[in-house]
Amino acid sequence: MEKIIKMKILRALILTLSFIIPISSFAAGNSDQKIPKHEWSFTGLTGTFDKSAIQRGYKVYREVCSGCHSMNLLYYRDLIDIGFSEDQIKAIASDYTVIDGPNDEGEMFERSAKPADRFVSPYANDQEARISNNGSYPPDLSVIVKARKNGADYLYNLLLGYDEPPQGFELSEGMYYNKWYEGHQIAMAQPLDDEYVDYDDGTENTLPQLAEDVVTFLAWSAEPELEVRKNMGIKVILFFLITGLLFYLMKVRLWKDVS
Amino acid sequence: MQNSSEPKKYKNSFLNWIEYRLPIVSYIEKEYGDYPMPKNCNYFWSFGALASIILVILIVSGIFLAMNYTPHTDMAFNSVERIMRDVSYGWLLRYLHSNGAAFFFIVVYIHMLRSMYYGSYKYPRELNWILGVFIFLLMMATSFLGYVLPWGQMSYWGATVITNLFSAIPLIGEGLKTWILGDYTVGNATLNRFFALHYVLPFVILGVVGLHVAAVHVHGSNNPAGIDIKSKDDTVKFFPYMLVKDTFMVCVFGVVISAIIFFGPNLMAEVDNYIPADPLVTPSHIVANWYLAPFYAILRAIPDKLGGVILMFGAIAILFILPWLDSSKTRSCNYRPIYKWFMMLFFVNFFVLGYVGMMPAEGIYLLIARIGLVYYFAFFLIITPLIGKYEKPGHLPASIRDVYIDGKNY
Repeated sequence: MEKIIKMKILRALILTLSFIIPISSFAAGNSDQKIPKHEWSFTGLTGTFDKSAIQRGYKVYREVCSGCHSMNLLYYRDLIDIGFSEDQIKAIASDYTVIDGPNDEGEMFERSAKPADRFVSPYANDQEARISNNGSYPPDLSVIVKARKNGADYLYNLLLGYDEPPQGFELSEGMYYNKWYEGHQIAMAQPLDDEYVDYDDGTENTLPQLAEDVVTFLAWSAEPELEVRKNMGIKVILFFLITGLLFYLMKVRLWKDVS
Repeated sequence: MQNSSEPKKYKNSFLNWIEYRLPIVSYIEKEYGDYPMPKNCNYFWSFGALASIILVILIVSGIFLAMNYTPHTDMAFNSVERIMRDVSYGWLLRYLHSNGAAFFFIVVYIHMLRSMYYGSYKYPRELNWILGVFIFLLMMATSFLGYVLPWGQMSYWGATVITNLFSAIPLIGEGLKTWILGDYTVGNATLNRFFALHYVLPFVILGVVGLHVAAVHVHGSNNPAGIDIKSKDDTVKFFPYMLVKDTFMVCVFGVVISAIIFFGPNLMAEVDNYIPADPLVTPSHIVANWYLAPFYAILRAIPDKLGGVILMFGAIAILFILPWLDSSKTRSCNYRPIYKWFMMLFFVNFFVLGYVGMMPAEGIYLLIARIGLVYYFAFFLIITPLIGKYEKPGHLPASIRDVYIDGKNY
């Protein structure tokens, strides 16, 4: 009897697979070129952020990306998570100017930013951002890693993906060719190249290194809770495994006498 | 404090005092202590308990999320991100809530498929099934409303597409749509009312779940053999026999959902929803939540808007009359040699519909969706009534105990 059941389950399984396999293989053949995977420190079950890489990545963001891209979900105080001291953060924040007010005289005034301020945006508003960038809006980068398919891998390859357009490719005015951008036409000029940013810690500043560091920084900014989350996850799963085992043993013991 | 003339049913005088004034103690004892469960029930019978636990988790996490959420088009997206970044364990609350909703559907789908395979919807449990379909309908509405709240791109455009369906209704359509939206397009008025409704509907679900559970306790649970309980030898008490099994299942489920929440919390989410809603930019393709995708596939399979809407709602409405479409008296598919395979095919078909519902509605996907749609309705309207008439059911076992002793609990 049991054999028949197994046969039947097998048949149901084969039936199911025969439906799924042709569809998924079709889907695979239809999709665009696969984005190459990059080795990150923060992926996997126990992955953690490399703090020095985030700090270097922040330097890349500050000196290059922040010219056009805002990160308005972040506060300067958040930098404490990536290893800056409070004094360092105060110094970083004070480089920026924010408009505050009104004061007692009813006037708006400018002051230097404090750790409790959000990252200062490069443009006053969306319209200014567009007119300064040939009509294209540079997206906010706070959660960009979560807002794109293949997150970190995509952004890394995008930064390395600039190239001459292939023969016969019609590039619109003011656009650039990028292998990994949807439609291959991107409004952003190649933002990074070898030696664009000087590192203080002596790390080589090649393009792949700059790209890796800035994407690590963006991955942290999108998921600052990542390390706490994974750490807690292992404990919670262990709890359920052990409790589950105990209840399973209890069940076997209890049901032994049921007839 | 107890009057000496009051009955002393329990050892504890406090319980006696309560019991005399509100017989809740004996109610709990009867429904969750001595409640007889067929011995041969397998682990599929734990999914009802799982679903109710998830519902409670969703309600509790939702209340805490609501304390930190702002239902305003300018602030909603940022307030959700504030929960993720600045509220203590806010990320846990939100990932628990969003993934919990997805798992609520997984668990309820399994619960429904179990009910269909073992014929739990048949006499005398028809009303129970109807209440269940009603819960499912409320769940779909609630999850749709909740998906709008983070005010990302998919929230906004999903809301636009779904509310647009109402405009397909002749004569009153446009007016109805405007009435639902509170505006001519999805906007702040819409977000506000969707938040209010998303907050209140789960409590309605909780109420209907109460009725659903009360109804199943009237005639008792069905079982894999689909035969009635005949004597005490057929059953075990809920406490501790079923409680231990259910708790084990909760632990198994806990491992699965924790793996998602802690190690892949966005696997079941659309990346576009991390882009703030922008009425001027349409996403390249607007997808339904995967757990509603089978119905979305049906909607898009029809070239006519009104026809699509009718069939989509029809696909759910038809579930209500399933107990009367099935002409067979035999409950369990274990004893229905032909119908069983059509049932399996129905499950597979439902998955396939879900898959094509996530894909662009063109080419082969559209063709598969149409074949799937035809089978979906044919299964209910033709196959189920006809097979019941002509199929020769297998020989039913004499009692549940016999089945249990033979070890055939699947």
